[in-house]
Amino acid sequence: MNHDSVYDGLLGGDSSQWAFGTDFEDPLAGVDTTVPAGVDGGELAAYCLMLGDDTLVLSQRLAEWCSRAPELEEDIALANMALDLLGQARLLLARAAAADPAVVPVLPAGSPVPAEDALAFFREAGQFRNVRLAEVVNGDFAHVVVRLLLFSIARLAVLQRLSGSGDAVLAAVAAKGVKELTYHRDWAGRWFLTLAQGTEESRKRLVSALEQLWPLRDELVTAHPVELSLAAAGVGVDPAGVRDETDAVLDQVLAVAEVDRPQRAPLAGIGGRTGRDGMHTEALSRMLAEMQVVARAHPSGRW
Amino acid sequence: MPMLTLADLGVLRDTEVDGEVVVVSITPTYSGCPAMATMRDDLVHRLTDAGFPRVEVRVVLSPAWSSDWITEHGRAELRAAGLSAPGPAKKGPVGLTLSPTRRALTCPRCGSARTEVISEFGATACKALYRCVDCFEPFDHVKEI
Repeated sequence: MNHDSVYDGLLGGDSSQWAFGTDFEDPLAGVDTTVPAGVDGGELAAYCLMLGDDTLVLSQRLAEWCSRAPELEEDIALANMALDLLGQARLLLARAAAADPAVVPVLPAGSPVPAEDALAFFREAGQFRNVRLAEVVNGDFAHVVVRLLLFSIARLAVLQRLSGSGDAVLAAVAAKGVKELTYHRDWAGRWFLTLAQGTEESRKRLVSALEQLWPLRDELVTAHPVELSLAAAGVGVDPAGVRDETDAVLDQVLAVAEVDRPQRAPLAGIGGRTGRDGMHTEALSRMLAEMQVVARAHPSGRW
Repeated sequence: MPMLTLADLGVLRDTEVDGEVVVVSITPTYSGCPAMATMRDDLVHRLTDAGFPRVEVRVVLSPAWSSDWITEHGRAELRAAGLSAPGPAKKGPVGLTLSPTRRALTCPRCGSARTEVISEFGATACKALYRCVDCFEPFDHVKEI
């Protein structure tokens, strides 16, 4: 291999690699992925998909902002946050695959697609476990500020507790994620204030985005049986346990911004099923169609 | 940031030499760090050239990378290249900060202490973008994490 070419590094120098996906390296290479004693591998995988799909889907929505933000600096900020979330998704999806290989879609024998990419590109919408807040279609700039504020407040609270997880991989992902989400939450909180205290138009749009997204917030702090089971095992976090803390942080922002807390009821599930159960809005299928189309068209594509 | 070695940046966590085999452990700066593959490639390349035919690169996720791990030599290299080095990383519970992050920075070009933040997210995940109020030059500040 000619090491003087930058493309060798980009391509990994291995012609057997799949042409698509996030990277060419196993993000958990050399990391101990033994399932902790007393924990069901299938449940751990489902839990990792829940957290990982949240960040994968939201990352894709943020990436859609690329070149469309009101200022170049905010374009870069959104892309940076998308990258952080994508990095977390890679580790969580790889962790899911290691915990229970049965969750990985089966591709033709000899397929070069790594497990994390198979999970990202070859699952149907109904197999995604993300909260619906992550998937709804992008709106204006106020919409992405509110979406990130609601998400990052809840996720940061969960990750702070998850950094003490009995699963070494989850603990490590969480400890790193805390540092990243702190910057995301500050960014969203500051823009929330700026828009609330800006012009009549910016405030109107902010309040409208908050009203629109509010029914999707509850899912972030509502426990799924898998989350409860893993929380009991000391491996996961019960998101309902961070409800008070997320309320307090949000109230802090709302108070300074002089914006009232919306009164709208949570978006109901369908037959009691929500995003965590694979029940999604129409928006996810459309988003995945775009995200997955090239990978699905060339499942064996190599460089 | 090519002026830094992996050791300067603090991502090189461990090296073990066992005969002809070298095992190198590295850790990503940020979860989505797109440079991991390049770092791995560079390590294999340099070590192979140095006479080690078998190189194994392992990823270490814990403890999470901190900007505190950038060496003094690395900080001097950053400043020499026109970048601003990070201050001490915050530890313990993280509170919401609704006002701009306060950092006492000096402009790496003219030395002025009058600087302002343009964005907490710069050209890469690990940098914030600043501007000098006196010489008007923008500059990168490596963020504290």
